[in-house]
This record gives sequence, structure tokens and C-alpha cells, in this order.
Amino acid sequence: MKVTIVDYNSGNISSVINSFKEVAKDKVNIDVTSDLNKIKSSDKVILPGQGSFKSCVDALNNISGLVDTLNEFAINNKKPLLGICVGLQMFADIGYEETETKGLGWISGKVSKIDNQNGKYKLPHIGWNQINIVKDSKIFKDIDNNSHMYFVHSYEFEPEDKNVISATTDYSSNIVCSVEKENIFGTQFHPEKSDKTGLKIIDNFISL
Amino acid sequence: MLKNRIIPCLDVKNGRVVKGINFVDLQDAGDPVEQAKIYSDGGADEICFLDITASNENRDTIYDVVEKTSKKCFVPLTVGGGVRSIEDINKLLNCGADKVSINTAAVQNPEAVVESSKKFGSQCIVVAIDAKKKEDKWEIFTHGGRNNTGIDAIEFAKKMEDSGAGELLVTSMDRDGTQVGYDIELMSKISSMVNIPVIASGGVGNLDHLVDGIELGNASAVLAASIFHYGKHSIKEAKEYLDLKGIPVRI
Repeated sequence: MKVTIVDYNSGNISSVINSFKEVAKDKVNIDVTSDLNKIKSSDKVILPGQGSFKSCVDALNNISGLVDTLNEFAINNKKPLLGICVGLQMFADIGYEETETKGLGWISGKVSKIDNQNGKYKLPHIGWNQINIVKDSKIFKDIDNNSHMYFVHSYEFEPEDKNVISATTDYSSNIVCSVEKENIFGTQFHPEKSDKTGLKIIDNFISL
Repeated sequence: MLKNRIIPCLDVKNGRVVKGINFVDLQDAGDPVEQAKIYSDGGADEICFLDITASNENRDTIYDVVEKTSKKCFVPLTVGGGVRSIEDINKLLNCGADKVSINTAAVQNPEAVVESSKKFGSQCIVVAIDAKKKEDKWEIFTHGGRNNTGIDAIEFAKKMEDSGAGELLVTSMDRDGTQVGYDIELMSKISSMVNIPVIASGGVGNLDHLVDGIELGNASAVLAASIFHYGKHSIKEAKEYLDLKGIPVRI
């Protein structure tokens, strides 16, 4: 099996690489690349993302043919893809960080700033928060409800179809922190930084 | 509910862990990679490395330490000390750091914070504020506590938030290494001034000090070194104690 982490200059992805390699050991080949042919021939793809919605979308668009390749992989061929943090947010139609920016449009919805309730909630939402699993997701196999995950973000994904939501977390409101729509998976939290529970989620994705 | 974080800090010099009293009188106390692994296995919410004399010395050893640690610890890793340029930040992040803390460079050139948070995202830019009380205000120190800049720490904290810092690591230079507790007044003043998380640092001598940092200082996270490092308390004990006191922690 071949798993590819898409390297599109979206910020720091070394922790994502380290965690996937730790889980994969020698059993699974982990590629880190923006090479379109390598992505096409992968069995699974991870789309990380750090920084702003706009900077990540811009970075994707800067690599000629990358968005088309990802569309083909996830939408046409329906192969498993996991978006992490802004990687998940980009599934949306539109994001409002910095300026209004079009997303990949894979899951209808928007990405807007978390309501800090006039300073009551500090932003970014940084640290360990519990997830409330609302739907059986394949990546949550053997993950207990209320498990702690590590978050770092100020924006939240609000999908139109609530059925795609697999987990939420409580910060200011019930923030969507995990989605599953057919072959498309996403986590707002960072499984790569969420200790053993996070590594288990990565293992679940690799084992799909 | 978001949990308060406990962050053990390892002071690193030439690739080895040291922890001084008021930044002098260093004692060698172990391998940073192994120490970090013990902490993360014990439930540390994050790990912090501070390359203490980095402003003056060859600091290539820290890259090696970060690289090795990030392959063993799967909780966030913050690295600070002698981070002066975008290139330094880039190199640390590429070695596996998740966040970089900037001190001297942020004071000398606040534009560096604007630039780096734009380039790498606010989530990985921590501004470290080393402050010392002078009459009724606090002044910022740089270069590992050696230079007094005369800059007002509270105003500076606000400025750093506006510049794009994701978090503030606030250390009381008066308390650091003394084990008499955080400078609660400093922590709570800064915490109420900004809307980004504040990490309290400097002066922890017992577990009640951690409680105070969160309850009275309104810190989102508490950082400590010696109480963990010399085996006085484990991370687990600290968390159980905070939990007992009704503070939300990840257990």
C-alpha cells in the first residue's frame, strides 16, 4: 500500500510525516510529495494544512494541476483522503480567513471565525479538548468518546449537511472537529500531536 | 471543555539538559530526548525546550535534539532560545518543532513576529516575554535575562498579540529559579490584556503554584522545570493534584 502526504508548502508538516512513519513502520510506504503522478497512484492521501485558509488554498493552486489531481483522487475515484486542520477546512465551498476565498467545494459549507463571545474565549483555541463522537466514523475505531485531542485553530468548518459531522468539541459552541463523507475524512484537531489516541486515528486511516 | 495545559520545560545547553537558578549555576542533568519521552509518556501536554545560552554559542546541537525528540514524542514541541531569523524558525520547524518561541528578536524587531506569523501561521509563533518588576510596572529583559530594555511588559504583550503571536510565554525574572511561585500579578495583568493564551513561567516550587497560575494568574497553561526535572513531582501527580482542586486537565 502507498500512502501519500501532500507536500504543497502549506507550512510545517514534519510532525505529520513523523507520526505517519511511526505508525506505518515498515509495513506501509509513506511518500511526501507534490508529484501529481505519485498522488494519482497512491492508495490514500493526507492533505495537511497550517496557516490561513487563504494561504493554503493559494499554495494548492500554485502547484499546477494539483487541485485537479486531488479532485480526481477523492471525487472521481473515491479513494480515501484525510484532511488535517486547514486540510479539512479546505473541503468547504468558501473560507473567510484574511479574505473571502474559494475552497475545494467537496463538502458544502463555510469556514468562519470562532465566536469568542467578546473575549470570553481566547483564540486561537489551543490545547487539549475532548471530542464528542456523534457518528460512527471508520477513523474512530477503538477511540473512546470524550477522548482528548490537540487543537490549534481560530476558524471552524460549518458544513451545511450535518450528517457529515462525526465529532464535535465544546469551545464557545459545538465546533465541528471531524467529518466523514464517503471516502473523505477530516479532523480539525491534530492526530499527529494527540499522543497515543491520535496515532490510533492515523492507524485507523492507514488500515481502511 | 478545553483543558489547562502542563508544560515541562527542559533547558538545553550543548545538547544536554541543564536547569539553573536565576540563569546561572548550571547543573547537568540528562539527555533531553529521553527526558522529553519520559514527560510525554507521563502525560505532559506539551514539551518545551529552551536553548539557554544560544544567543552566544553555536546552537547546531539543538537541531539534532529536536529532530530526535520529534520522532519519539507525539505531543506538541516548542523550542526557544536564540531564535533570531525566519531561517532559524524554518530550520527548527523542519526538524520537527511544532512551535518556536521568540524572545530577543521579537523585542529588537517586532516586525519579525509579523513576518513569521504570516509565513508560518500564528499557531507556531510563541513570543517569550521575560519581565522583571520595577516599582509599579514590569520591564522586558532580553538575551536570556541579561539586558534590560526598559520596555513595559504589559504594553509589549498587547503589541505582540497585534503582531500575530499565537501565544505568550510570560516568565517572571524575579521568580525564575526561586521556587516561591509565579508572579501572579504579572500573569493576570497580561492575561486580561490579551485575547491569546498565556503560558505562565518562572518560580514554581510546589503543586499549589501551578493551581495559582491558572486560578489566580488566569494562565491557559503552566510551565515548570525543576519541580519535574529533579523528580520532586511527576507530571501525573501534578495533574491529579490540579484535578483534585477542580482545574480541568487532561488525565
